[in-house]
Amino acid sequence: MKPFLKIIGILAVLAVIMAMSGAVYVVNETKQVVITQFGKPVGEPVVTAGLHFKMPFIQRAQYFEKRLLEWDGNPNQIPTKDKRYIWLDTTARWKITDALKFLQSVGTERGALGRLDDIINSATRDAITSHLLVETIRNTNRILDSTEKEKVVVFTEEALEKIDVGREVLAGMILAKAKVIAPQYGIELIDVRIKRLNYVEAVRKKVYERMIAERKRAAEQYRSEGQGKQAEIEGQTGKELKQITSEAYRKSQGIRGKADAETTRIYAEAYNKDPVFYSFLKTLETYKSTIDEKSTIILTTDSDYYRYLKSIKSVPGD
Amino acid sequence: MEWKDVRGPDDIINVGREKFGGSGKFFPLVIAAVALLIMMGGSIYSIGPDEAGIVQRFGRYIYTTPPGLHLKLPFGIDGVTPIKVKRVFKEEFGVRTLRAGVKTQYSKKQYHDESLMLTGDLNILDVRWIVQFKVKDAIKLLFKTRDPVDNVRDISEVVMRQLVGDYRVDEVLTTKREEINDLAQIKMQEILDYYETGIQVVTVKLQDVNPPDEVKPAFNEVNEAKQEKERMINQAWEAYNKAIPRARGEAEKVIREAEGYQLDKINRARGEAERFLDTWAEYKKVPEITQKRLYLETMMDVLPRAKEKYIIDPKQSSILPLLNIGQKGGSQQ
Repeated sequence: MKPFLKIIGILAVLAVIMAMSGAVYVVNETKQVVITQFGKPVGEPVVTAGLHFKMPFIQRAQYFEKRLLEWDGNPNQIPTKDKRYIWLDTTARWKITDALKFLQSVGTERGALGRLDDIINSATRDAITSHLLVETIRNTNRILDSTEKEKVVVFTEEALEKIDVGREVLAGMILAKAKVIAPQYGIELIDVRIKRLNYVEAVRKKVYERMIAERKRAAEQYRSEGQGKQAEIEGQTGKELKQITSEAYRKSQGIRGKADAETTRIYAEAYNKDPVFYSFLKTLETYKSTIDEKSTIILTTDSDYYRYLKSIKSVPGD
Repeated sequence: MEWKDVRGPDDIINVGREKFGGSGKFFPLVIAAVALLIMMGGSIYSIGPDEAGIVQRFGRYIYTTPPGLHLKLPFGIDGVTPIKVKRVFKEEFGVRTLRAGVKTQYSKKQYHDESLMLTGDLNILDVRWIVQFKVKDAIKLLFKTRDPVDNVRDISEVVMRQLVGDYRVDEVLTTKREEINDLAQIKMQEILDYYETGIQVVTVKLQDVNPPDEVKPAFNEVNEAKQEKERMINQAWEAYNKAIPRARGEAEKVIREAEGYQLDKINRARGEAERFLDTWAEYKKVPEITQKRLYLETMMDVLPRAKEKYIIDPKQSSILPLLNIGQKGGSQQ
């Protein structure tokens, strides 16, 4: 028991001494380390996590981030190719890939962010000023297709311009340009994105005015569409009414015509058996229906009726 | 008490010895026990039910521990970071919850920097949304990016603006909300995976989407106009529905009347034809007499009705030989 305890005790004392003197240092998974001797870097940067040794007192461990880091630019006022002033806010992701070079060229993260400001802002400015406003806002031409497919009431002429690049590709162009410069600082630029984009205050007012005008136009269009549709339905109502009544008239006339034809046939068939008798009968009938209490009858003595009358008179006379 | 007798350090130890049963044998053991307790205190840790423990030895990742009580090496050799892997976190954009509850209170402050964005048709919209996310890979979360939440916020803004920039203002306001939610989730996940954040986007939901206050009245006017349009169309259809069925009925009436006319005419014709044929059949048997009878019967019927009757001799050209039967009421006899 005793020797064992002794060994442990000695080890513990040694560990404490080493820790105190700086002979050991711990590297976290998130860090990388450059060892400097009186300010001069020694050896390759340490990138594996765990316990490491160095010379105490004379060597110093300088820690750097190994993780993905952020860069958030200040919003910039940039004109587009069509002379529209916009506020543009970009964000980027970067990594320290060469801690030694990083230490030598920029020293600290703060220094690196300053360099990134320069690189990314100028790349952004180049990309934006050489493209139209719509290219910075839209990413695809989907809006053109959807506008064509649907009946769109409100639209802005310039928004319907076809784009060739789009926001994501623009961000890619900024990244590509900035990426080339970054390695000399021991940095790898992973990504650049356009975060916020807005009109500058003065333009915004104008845009609001335009939006209001567009909406008013749309409202008018809806109203007139309503009126148009109403008139159309009224017209259709009138047309259908005419159609219904005229068709009914046509049908009824047809039926009546057939009825008349049929009756004509029936009469003709019957009366044709003896036309003379028919005209006799019909004449008598006509008398019946035409002579009334207002009529005056003038009979000649030649008429059949009078013939009998004369012969009756002559009987007592002769 | 005994304190009065204490004169030096030796005495204190002696007093202590007496307290511990007057035996110095156990003293090193007590020290060892205390040391052990201190060590144990630094080496026992617990992981909550919604957590995972990431254990690092001298900064180097060694293993992940599940919920429960665990041991580790003390004195800063092993370090444990508990990560809430089951919890769903929420980030808000353009709006802040002051106090969640049955009636959630939101901050009245406007976050126009976050919420104002341009739509594909160059309009400005005030878009508010939330993102829910959880940790899907605690190791990546800890070791691959420095500020996972900042990444979520930045990327969410990037993606939402990019999407809204591809839609018309009306689509974002109404019809395409769901589509934008889904696409935003997919796109965000894509970028967050590319950054190796170890974060899983659970959902992206658009909240209030409004036109800016300055243009709101104009948008309302459009909605009113739309409703007015609907109303006008409905009114027209109402009139249509009022007129057409009635006209159909009336048309039916006209046709039925014609059919009635048809039946009437034909029946009459048939009747008259039959009557004629019957009369004719009898007439044929004795034509002379029947003809005369019919003639005279008609005269009998007709003459009394007439107001005045004159009989003229055609051989006489003057008006004198005129027999005025009516004046004497001859027919009345």
